[in-house]
Order: sequence, then structure tokens, then C-alpha cells
Amino acid sequence: MTHTLPDLIPNTELVLPPQAERKLSNGLTVIAIRRAAVPLVEVRLRIPFGRAPLGAATLLSQALFTGTGSMSMLDIAAELQAVGGGLGAGLDPDRLQISGNALADGLGRTLEILAGVLTDAAYPGEEVVTERERLVDNIQVALSQPAHLARVALLKRMFVDHPYAVQTPAAEEVRAVEPETLRELHADRVRPAGSILVLVGDIDPEQAIDVAEKMLGGWSGAAVDGGIPPTPALRPGALLLVDRPGSVQSSLRIALPALTRTDPDYAALSLANLLFGGYFSSRWVENIREDKGYTYGSHSVIEHFAAGSALVAAADVATEVTGPSLLETTYELGRIASLPPGEEELEQARRYALGTLRLGMSTQAGLAGLATVYAGFGLRLDFLREHSAALAAATGEQVAAAAAKHLAPSRAVTVVLGDAEKIEAQLAALTVVERSAR
Amino acid sequence: MASRIQIPATKYPVERFTLANGLRVVLAPDRSAPVVGVAVVYDVGIRSEPEGRTGFAHLFEHLMFQGSANLEKLAHFRHVQGAGGSFNGSTHLDYTDYFEVLPSGALERALFLEADRMRGPRLTEENLRNQVDVVKEEIRVNVLNRPYGGFPWLKLPSVMFETFPNAHDGYGSFEDLESATVADAQSFFDKYYACGNAVLSVAGDFDVAEATAMIERHFGDVPARPAPLLPAFDEPDLTAERRESYTDRIAPLPAVAAAYRVPDPIAAFDAYLPFSVLAEVLTDGDASRLVERLIQRDRSVTNVGGYLGFMGDEYQVRNPTALLLQAHMPPGGDAGKVLRTVDEELDRLVADGLQPGELERTQARMGARLLQGTDEVLGRALPMAVLELQRGRPELLNELPKLISEVTAEQIVTAAATLRPERRAVVEVLPGAGA
Repeated sequence: MTHTLPDLIPNTELVLPPQAERKLSNGLTVIAIRRAAVPLVEVRLRIPFGRAPLGAATLLSQALFTGTGSMSMLDIAAELQAVGGGLGAGLDPDRLQISGNALADGLGRTLEILAGVLTDAAYPGEEVVTERERLVDNIQVALSQPAHLARVALLKRMFVDHPYAVQTPAAEEVRAVEPETLRELHADRVRPAGSILVLVGDIDPEQAIDVAEKMLGGWSGAAVDGGIPPTPALRPGALLLVDRPGSVQSSLRIALPALTRTDPDYAALSLANLLFGGYFSSRWVENIREDKGYTYGSHSVIEHFAAGSALVAAADVATEVTGPSLLETTYELGRIASLPPGEEELEQARRYALGTLRLGMSTQAGLAGLATVYAGFGLRLDFLREHSAALAAATGEQVAAAAAKHLAPSRAVTVVLGDAEKIEAQLAALTVVERSAR
Repeated sequence: MASRIQIPATKYPVERFTLANGLRVVLAPDRSAPVVGVAVVYDVGIRSEPEGRTGFAHLFEHLMFQGSANLEKLAHFRHVQGAGGSFNGSTHLDYTDYFEVLPSGALERALFLEADRMRGPRLTEENLRNQVDVVKEEIRVNVLNRPYGGFPWLKLPSVMFETFPNAHDGYGSFEDLESATVADAQSFFDKYYACGNAVLSVAGDFDVAEATAMIERHFGDVPARPAPLLPAFDEPDLTAERRESYTDRIAPLPAVAAAYRVPDPIAAFDAYLPFSVLAEVLTDGDASRLVERLIQRDRSVTNVGGYLGFMGDEYQVRNPTALLLQAHMPPGGDAGKVLRTVDEELDRLVADGLQPGELERTQARMGARLLQGTDEVLGRALPMAVLELQRGRPELLNELPKLISEVTAEQIVTAAATLRPERRAVVEVLPGAGA
């Protein structure tokens, strides 16, 4: 019997799940989506938080659930747990995001507890001090991680003095934050206006919104303007070398210009990114991992912030082949920016892009994540349909043009973190190297 | 206190059959989203590595992606991703898995790809050298170049266990990896990658009759080879505490982990399951005992976690295994003091029992997490494959929420009473990065 590759059965049309949306009178937008496969509900709440003081905002995200006027930290955790629930908060440069889930029958109770936290958070002194010390310890651990250090250096190099340039507070900055500062920040910024609540799960969308309205309708107050100026254009220049003595690998990070999701050329750029380094079957992975064994993995991704988008490429490579890894990376960027992609290669990337959109919406958590991220940019799930159509329609010429414009090595901002003594000469043979001052 | 909430279970239908060549198959159809998950697990893992070949099971996992009977190198990746899917594999103590998640129209392609490498991977010198290099970079990025790398899963087994299968480093030494040969790989494949030693499972959007026909078509002619005899890996429990420490040259703060042997996860499942709930009572969230005491009250740790199985694979591991507790500490933290407090809290649990509502809320949260896991097609295909492989009971995945909700307070107390200092293995991380 011969063994030949079976054909693919074409994808059925993209079906969006049943959903509802309502803007409450307090300014909170609620989006509810039904996916009933398991009796759970996913909860996401995004609150605009741009330009908030970094140390205080980061600590607020960690101390948000430490108590209210009527509940202790333990009460909050225990009562959420009792309905199979859990909530946590995180911060990015644009937003405070609360995320969690619960058994579907526990939706009302979960939102009731959440409302208590939003309207009546107490930031008790003892608990805040504990969270502050934990945060300081976590920052110290982060500063020992190569991935974090490389990210810090890259952000600084990309954004210079824009608010996005620093996304992790210094330990001293956190140590100086008092509980009262958190109460003030909460009063100013944790507000329903402009915030978005997304609920996904085994729910009736309209009824779920009714529950949200009942529980969160009393959350009130206007928010201050958290708008952030557009990100500056990347300024390519010398490769920035950050010394990490004794490092047994070099962390290579490259930023390139990108487009927002709604730009007419975005689908073409997405495909160009996949071809270069955006998935395992990309040229970059096939070259520096599967051909040369320089790295365990390399990956490039288009990152979107409220004030701008960028393409970031990352690989951790063996110290002794740091120069050769940069050489191959520059070669692959130059190749995709200069030559049109092959037809089969492009179709493969296109099918991957279309398929992973479906995979991403096949779970409650995946749908909640997509809907929440999109909503943060003023988009709704039907953007999936538009984006799919754009991916299906993008031509090889458009992909080549997007690559020429955005992926050219001359546009790259490059940072390498590693043992400078061992890698500086390797890198200097290929490009101008500047040592990080630290 | 809220009234007790019902913990719902999943009801995924499960079909099982065995092909003439000995390959066991599990099907779990669910048409709620147009995606399928395909998993193949082989009954071989880190514990079956030959001495002098540490890390070999994992290295071999890499070689399974390097081309097969009818496919060139790189083809596997391209065919899965070119069908809109994702793939991966992972090596555990007791099994190695390979899996894809794809749009449902690509099911047959995934079956073809898995069948092709079950017939035989392309084991060439060039691919072996390439993947030894890749695995070395994997170890550097995950262990050597990162603070707390491999803590505690690579560091505790050698303290707790005596025999090579249980005690050695599953990522392997560079020396062992570099000395691996194509002949080693071929004999490893011949011995362990037999269809009689594997389970295929498919979960998600498919028709059972059609999928069964496809499976026959692609796997039916894989030559029958029996499973090798599975050795017993058991060894005696500790009778005195064992404590070791090591300096992590890039870690800025101290850390500690302790492990206690638990009952046989398969032969004594009824006795094992309460330990799973106990780990959550101790460490799940701000209302749990050790978080409340060690973090909130004493401030002696920065974070604390508790779980079963060195790789957190609590229902996918064989005997012997352990309940693990791990904690990171603030500057100057004292591991001895942390462990004494753990003993105190366990004593208190044994003496006073659980608080009203404590068990129910822990069970509710565990139920919710199980549901979230099974919402993903691979969250069904993978555990069901391993449950079939190790227990012949893939449907146990559906039953877990109910079984967990039936664990009693008495069973938790009985389990807690066994976590004595003289039965534990401890490893401390000493910060080497000038904290």
C-alpha cells in the first residue's frame, strides 16, 4: 500500500458564537458571548490605565484583592473559591486587566464580589505592605532573568522617552508606595467609563448582561484621561550590547516597524511575519534551529499597544555562535525584504493563519481572550471575519511589498544580551556595536 | 457563606478499541467547535532511559520530528501548520506524547503523519547531531541560563530516590547527550515505540465511523510489535529526612522544596486522590492554609505552591511519586523555619480538622479547573490517551470532578498525617547572585 498525504477538507465558513452587548449607564461596556461546551464562565475586565504612575499601578494590580470595607483578603478568596471562582489582576502600559473564571452558576456571586472590590477596595496597611515586599522580591528575581533584562533594554531602545519605554517599576519606586497612594489611584482610575467587561461561557448573553448590570450598575465615577501619545518611529542605529557576564547564551532581540490590525496592509504584513519567523515552519526557525542548531527556538510576533504596533523577533542562541546567528537573521530579513515569497510557502502560511484563528476561538478562554483584546482596540469578534477575508485575499506582491517596507534589516533596532567579552568581537565583525551603559 | 454549589462533570462520550496490530485507540467526539485534537502517547519516559544515556527519552522525542518513512525532514511541521494546526511533543517520567490540534478538515492528515512516524523515524547522523545541539540550547534556556532553572523537578529526585530510573536528571548531561549514537536511537525505537506500546486518541469534531475508518486506513498496516515488559520502579520510602542544598549562581533569593511519597496513583487511587485535594487545601489561592500562614501572616515566603507529581502530572504518573511543596523566600529567608511552620500547619490540620466550607470550596475550584482543562480538545485527547495507556480507563477524565467532590474531610486529615518530616526529601536553593 502506498502512503500519500491525505487532502485537506476545506474549512467550513467561520461561524461566530451568539453574543450580546450593552453599554451601561455608568459607561461600562458589557459583551457577553455564549460557548456552552463546559459549565463555566470566563470573566475579563479591562480598565484604561495609561499614564498611571508605574510603581503604584503595578502594586495596585497586585493588592487589588487584599480587602474591602466588608471583606478581608481571605473572605474574598474563600467566597470566590466557593463558586469555583478565582480572579486576578495584571497591568500593561495601557490597561489594568482583571481575569478569572467560575462555575457558570457562580457568575452572579463572582460579579458581586468583583463589584465589592471595584467600589470598596480598602488596601489595608498590613496586607499592602506584604504585597509590596513580594513585588519587590519579584522584581529582583525578574532582574536576574535574561529574557526580562533583554526586554527592558529593547523597550528602552524602541521607545526612548515615550511612556512605553519602561514597563517594570524599579524596586525603590515600589518601596515608596503607601496604601493611601493606592486608595487615591484607585479612586481616580478604577472607573467604569471606558472600561469593558467580557463574559464568555455557558451563559445566555442577554441574561448575563442583566446580571452584570445588576451587580456592577452601582460602580460609578468618571475616569481621568489615560490616552497615550503615538509611539515614535523606530530609530535604527548601532546594535546595543548588554553585558551579562557568565551568560551561557546570548539573547537576541530585534524590533521592526509594524501596522495596526485595521491597516489595509496588515494581513499582508502578518503573512510576511509568518514567513520570516512567526511560526515553526518559518525561514528563521528552519535556518537557525533545524539546519544549524544554534537555538532551541526563535520567534517573531507583531505586538499591539494602544498607541502603536511593533514587530519583535527573539532568539536565545549559544554564546559561541552569537555572530553567526545574527548573520543568518540579517540574511533572512534581507531575503524576505528583497525577494517575493514562493507560492506554496505563502499558501502554507495563509492556511496556518486562517486555521489558528479557528483554534483560538474554540475554547471559552480563547474566545474571552480574543474578544477582550479586540474590544480594547475598539474591535468586535466580527473582525475575525474581516481579517480572515483579508488573509485569504492578500497576494504575493502585497506580502513582498509589506516585507520590503517593514522587515528590511536596515529598519531593525537590535539588542543583544550576553557575555560581552565573548560576543562583542563576533558582533562587531557584522555591525556597529554600542555597549549599554549600566 | 454561599450555599454549597454543585460541581458539574463533563459527559464526553468515549469509545475505545484496539487494532489488530495492538494499537489502542480512544475516541472522544464533541462537535461544539470545528477543531480536532490528536494525541499519540508511547509508554516510555525518563524512567526507562538506559544508564549512561540520561536525557535520551527527551532527545528521542526531538528525533521523532525529523522525518519519517514517507516524509522528509521539516515536512511534519509544514504539513501540520500548513493545514492550519499546531503541534508539539513532551517527555514525562512515564510516557512521551506527540500531539496536534487542527481544524477538523485536517484530521486525516494528522493521522497520516502520526502513523508515518510510528512506522519509523528517519534516524540519521546529521539529524541526531543537529538535535543534540538544539536540546543543549533547550537546557541552557530552561535550566543553565535562568535562575531557579530545573527547580525543583530536576533537583529533588536525586535527593528523594536511590535508583537510577527515579533519581537521575531527565534533561540529561551534555556528556551523555553528545555520546548518543544513531544505533542507540534505533534500538530505543525498536524497543519502546511499538504500536503495542502506544495509544492514539482523537477528541473533538469528527464522526466516529469516519474516524475509525481513517484510523484503520493509516495505522492498520503499521507492523505489529508487542510492548516491552514494564519494570517496577518502586523503592522504599524514606525513614529519615534527607536534606540537600545547592548554590544557584544566578538566583538572587533563596528557595526551598520538599517532597513526600504518596500512595500508588494507580493501584491505590482511592488513597491517592485525597492527596490531590490536600495539596490544594494547603496552597490554592489566598484562602489556603500555607498561603495564609507563610505569606500573609509570617511573611516568611514570597510564594508557595503544592502539587502531585514532579512534573505536575498528577493523574498521569505511576508509582513512585510525591506530593511537592515549593516556596521562594525573601532575602535572608530561612528554609528550616519555613519547613517547621509547614509541620505546625499540618499538625494543626490533623488535630483540628478542616474549617466549615474549606473542603467544599477547594473541591469547587478544582472542579472548575478540570472543566477549563477539558474545554480544549487537547485537554481531552492528551489525558485520555495517558489514562488509557496507564489504566485502561480514559473515561476517568469525565469522572474526576465527581470523585474529587466525594473526598471527605477525614481522608484529607489522614493524608495530612502522613506528611511527616522524617519522610521528606528537601532541596534548598542558596542564592549565588549577591542578594
